[in-house]
Amino acid sequence: MNEDFQHPDITQDMLKEINEIISTNKNKSGASITVLRNSQNIVGYLPVELIDYISKGLNISSSELFGIASFYSLFSMIPKGKNTIRICLGTACYVKGIKEVMERISNQYKIKEKETTPDRRFSLETVRCLGACGLAPVMVVNQDIYGAMSSDRVLDVLDRYK
Amino acid sequence: MNKIRTQLMLCGGTGCHSTGSIAVKEAINNELRRHGLNEEIQVIETGCNGFCALGPVMLVHPEGIFYQKLTIDEVPKLVEEHFLKGRPYKKLQYVDPASKETIPIMNDIPFFAHQMFWVMRNKGIIDPEIIDEYIARDGYFGVAKALKEMTPDQIIEEVKTSGIRGRGGAGFPTGLKWQFAKASPGDVKYVLCNADEGDPGAFMDRSVLEADPHAVLEGMIIAAKAINSRQGYIYVRTEYPLAIKRLEIAIRQAREYGLLGKDILGSGFDFDVEIYQGAGAFVCGEETALMRSIEGKRGMPRPRPPFPAHKGLWEKPSVLNNVETLANIAQIIVNGGKWYASVGTETSKGTKVFALSGAVNNIGLVEVPMGTTLRTIIYDIGGGIPKKKKFKAVQLGGPSGGCVPEEFLDTPVDYEAIVKVGAIMGSGGAIVMDESTCMVDMARFFMDFIQDESCGKCTPCREGTRRILEILNRICDGKGEPEDIETLKELSYTIKDSALCGLGQTGPNPVLSTLRYFIDEYNAHIFEKRCPAKRCVALLKFEIDPEICTKCGLCFKSCPSDAIEWKKKEVAKIDKSKCVKCLTCFDKCRFGAIF
Repeated sequence: MNEDFQHPDITQDMLKEINEIISTNKNKSGASITVLRNSQNIVGYLPVELIDYISKGLNISSSELFGIASFYSLFSMIPKGKNTIRICLGTACYVKGIKEVMERISNQYKIKEKETTPDRRFSLETVRCLGACGLAPVMVVNQDIYGAMSSDRVLDVLDRYK
Repeated sequence: MNKIRTQLMLCGGTGCHSTGSIAVKEAINNELRRHGLNEEIQVIETGCNGFCALGPVMLVHPEGIFYQKLTIDEVPKLVEEHFLKGRPYKKLQYVDPASKETIPIMNDIPFFAHQMFWVMRNKGIIDPEIIDEYIARDGYFGVAKALKEMTPDQIIEEVKTSGIRGRGGAGFPTGLKWQFAKASPGDVKYVLCNADEGDPGAFMDRSVLEADPHAVLEGMIIAAKAINSRQGYIYVRTEYPLAIKRLEIAIRQAREYGLLGKDILGSGFDFDVEIYQGAGAFVCGEETALMRSIEGKRGMPRPRPPFPAHKGLWEKPSVLNNVETLANIAQIIVNGGKWYASVGTETSKGTKVFALSGAVNNIGLVEVPMGTTLRTIIYDIGGGIPKKKKFKAVQLGGPSGGCVPEEFLDTPVDYEAIVKVGAIMGSGGAIVMDESTCMVDMARFFMDFIQDESCGKCTPCREGTRRILEILNRICDGKGEPEDIETLKELSYTIKDSALCGLGQTGPNPVLSTLRYFIDEYNAHIFEKRCPAKRCVALLKFEIDPEICTKCGLCFKSCPSDAIEWKKKEVAKIDKSKCVKCLTCFDKCRFGAIF
């Protein structure tokens, strides 16, 4: 394992944990997604340099691992903000007006889907149906679920997340 | 041991969790303790009750009294009234919107009365995190019978007799699928459960996993015995953390009880199950893509044949079944295939669970016998359309399906009958749309989804869906051209004929079905540059019709950018330089005065 690996967003403790994940999964077939997932949980996102590092550890080509990371929407290669806003783009939410909610957020914080505000306060993500259609339209901020969201309520809710 | 006189079955599904059921549970427990009732009344957190729109909901056993929209503030009063004084607390009971009468008993509420619970037979009755409660409801009897008394051929025969077909969408006969996998040569075979419920607007599988995870495990063990497999995988969406947690608990408990692992129930049969979490790719619901994903690769489909029954996961024979399909299996084994086939239509047997949502009063999970009409689902169970609006269409089968307009609402729930009207049964999402939904915009929404989720492997899907989306975007922006409709049709049929997998082959369906039933709306967009439903911002003028305006001022109060000028007894006016075109005033105006 390359002990010299350094990245501004990855501490030595994080690296230690990542190394452990790599070594437990090294010889398992089909473990690449699990390793990427767990590593992202530790760091918060997947810096390209980290994908490179993991690929060496798992002994697969970095292009293949990058291909996997870019294929699945779970993985993000840009840093996340302090608060993650997830907007449900399921059909039920769409029918009930989530598009207007999304536009209100975009206009207010000047961010688009998959972007982070420059001050890293918010990241805006969209998800394909959270399966909570009974609450449509749904917005999730970090772990808090907000149902029956509307464009006139949304900014008040977000104001609570500094 | 204390004698428990009453049990409070509090819904712990994702819907109710997010409306606060965890806090309510704590509050009820505190109140019960305060009154010294905690030894005779027990609070049990169950799986999804189904009536998600009224969450958090609770059922009082044994009386069967139903409480809705519980809040922490109301809990003290509820406990005092019902459990101390013994009179049901009216304020939290269900009121029938039509007759305005309070309906205290759950099974009398129309939403429940028209349903038939087979797949969801344990919902709201057992605590999904305790295996003994599942066993008490005849759980794992199917496994015992299949493992001890039946041969693989007998199991397959029973499943074939039942007539059950895949509930994931395509409707392939389950028994036949198992038979092919059993006939495939090889010592290593896999049983896979598809819990990658990706269709937007579908949440049946999640609720089954949350409410009754052991039923799915039981189905998998029986399938394993039928095809002689030793290892199973459940592929679950990562967006379903509660379902994953309950499955993990269920697997652990089943192992402790000797129902998974080596020598199950002393029968000499070994089988174990592992959970595999998806990573957010809709195409992974396609069987070959799902298997690629478990192998740790990009989840891209491959051409078939070879079919998974011959070469599936890691090139070994595999059977992939949907959650709802597997949840039916144990009951088929226990009660017999003939029993199962006694309900339903000629070609579709048993029940089907629908996730009813959108513009309908009673949003939630609905299980009906095959053959029930869409009208019964939407009006009798769903309670019709809110805010006195007019029904426009119901979208079945998500982005692979189509919409069914008013004139075909008497279509029965049946694989073939639904295809005839241009939709598909699909996994069971049923999204109701009222007159304020623009069907061109809806087609665009689904196409945006499909082209975003297209894996890019085959050209028709990758390029074709993008071209369709561009045309639809143009139409919604008021730049549609007369020849667009023909181009849309041509592109759609070409993609359907030539795409590699189910995603592409069914992707253009929403476009074709809206073209079929709502061509008037397309024409209005293209030729008159008008959006009849008033949803397409580019086609709206943002002006107020003084003839219709009632001078009520609701638009003025709701405008977030102070763009509306209004004084009492005067017609409102929109200042276009300040207007951000958010459509809030369109929603607020009850008279349709803004255009």
